[in-house]
Amino acid sequence: MSSLWDSVGDAGRLPERVLWGAAASVTLGDLVHGSSLGGRLGELRGRSVLVATSDQLTAALALIELDGIARRLVLCPPDLPSEHVPFVKTAAAVDALVSDWDAPESGSEGIGSFVRCSPRLTPATSKRDEQHETEWILLTSGTTGQPKLVVHTLLSLTAAIRGGRTSATPTVWSTFYDIRRYGGLQIFLRALLGGGSLVLSSLQESMGDFLIRAGAHGVTHISGTPSHWRRALMSPSAHRISPQYVRLSGEIADQAILNHLRGFYPQARIVHAFASTEAGVAFDVGDGLAGFPASLIGEKSVGIEMKVEDGSLRIRSARTAERYLGSHGETLADRDGFVDTGDMVELRADRYYFVGRRGGIINVGGLKVHPEEVEAVINGHPKVRMSLVRTRKNPITGALVVADVVLKAEPDSGAGPPAALEREILQLCHQALPRHKVPAAITFVPDLTVAASGKVVRHRA
Amino acid sequence: MSVRLSVISQVEQVAKEQKKKLAPLSDDLVLLDSGLDSLCFAIIVARLEDALGIDPFSTAEDAGFPVTLGDLIRFYEEAGK
Repeated sequence: MSSLWDSVGDAGRLPERVLWGAAASVTLGDLVHGSSLGGRLGELRGRSVLVATSDQLTAALALIELDGIARRLVLCPPDLPSEHVPFVKTAAAVDALVSDWDAPESGSEGIGSFVRCSPRLTPATSKRDEQHETEWILLTSGTTGQPKLVVHTLLSLTAAIRGGRTSATPTVWSTFYDIRRYGGLQIFLRALLGGGSLVLSSLQESMGDFLIRAGAHGVTHISGTPSHWRRALMSPSAHRISPQYVRLSGEIADQAILNHLRGFYPQARIVHAFASTEAGVAFDVGDGLAGFPASLIGEKSVGIEMKVEDGSLRIRSARTAERYLGSHGETLADRDGFVDTGDMVELRADRYYFVGRRGGIINVGGLKVHPEEVEAVINGHPKVRMSLVRTRKNPITGALVVADVVLKAEPDSGAGPPAALEREILQLCHQALPRHKVPAAITFVPDLTVAASGKVVRHRA
Repeated sequence: MSVRLSVISQVEQVAKEQKKKLAPLSDDLVLLDSGLDSLCFAIIVARLEDALGIDPFSTAEDAGFPVTLGDLIRFYEEAGK
């Protein structure tokens, strides 16, 4: 297995290929003799490195340099709450930190080396001798709020990309995603391995400014979640890009957003993909219709096998992750090597449609919400007997969180909703939960169905 | 209440609930510059569906997405016809 840097080189044209951040840019040719790590690459050899930068370009450079050198690369997403850092550190046995901070931040005490990373390259001092098949650790949200650490290798991350045709004309990729997430990392790797350039997004930049910047760099291929795209289409700058290829992933692509994109970018090929951090990239759908052809199930020819069992999509391929770190025995795949995606599908005519997630997990604009954690907060109100948190379909964020609440006693008011009580419950939620987990609506109901197990019955999707 | 007033009152209400500083409202106001984020718009659309019984985002086939507040109001007015 060649390293990421070798693969970048194999794709050629290094001096012409650029990684554009919001504030700085670097050509891949600059990296031949330059380093973003201040000449300290050698110190990171064989280490488990936490890459925690505020800027995506800096992270991109560190990843390119460190694959094959570090034993492990732990990709810290920009919104990882600092209270989870110690868990990540322990679970991944982190012994080095690469960051663009001036000094280590709180929570990162006790990590062996601190190496500062910057897009201002310095001459590379140490020779690149790649000896490690580096593990790439991606973080994804778990049931308890604590992140799950998902182990990939460059091989599993790029299995869906290798063997693809390298385009004759230079490709300029971009993504609304952060490259520290699976969906964004795929685009980063596609750009690097496919001989392209990449326009990186920035948290500090508005949607309009990002679209203008991407347009100025001549973006040809661009990807995001359906929620990203809905937001992009609400921007007056949506016409500043004219991509040949528009990709959606990370959430259910409904027919409406596919139609809107086809209408707005008539020259573009519109593709929606199914991928998850654990299961990897499963398939692309390019016929402009929601869902996917039933013929994909059971097919083996493309190096991936899919089946539907108990209503959920399961995937076996070389693109799935290997295992979890620090999960106390939780397994990622079943005995036969199939990863259960937890995504429930329904067969209508000759097409499968995604209908939601097992366990009622709600996807609000790409952010997962476990109903139980919201219910726990609502149930903490002294007047609440029990509650059921469920999903409500939404054309902007795909879904919203709503709650059915059973009170201990009938509200005094008689007719009409007890508005004051609703306000109190919502206030409780706002204090305890991030905004996307707070119910958008509360319905007071007389009762909820409780199963023999003693659990509230959750209707499938 | 007219469709226009329903839309404006939900915009104001959700901004208040989500503690967002709302830009002065006018028909030319670009929605993404209004101070509201995607989650706010998602809630506004859900509430308007409850209040008006329509969701033009899911039904309008080729109408495009609204860019300004005026577009958003017309979006609901057209869908309600």
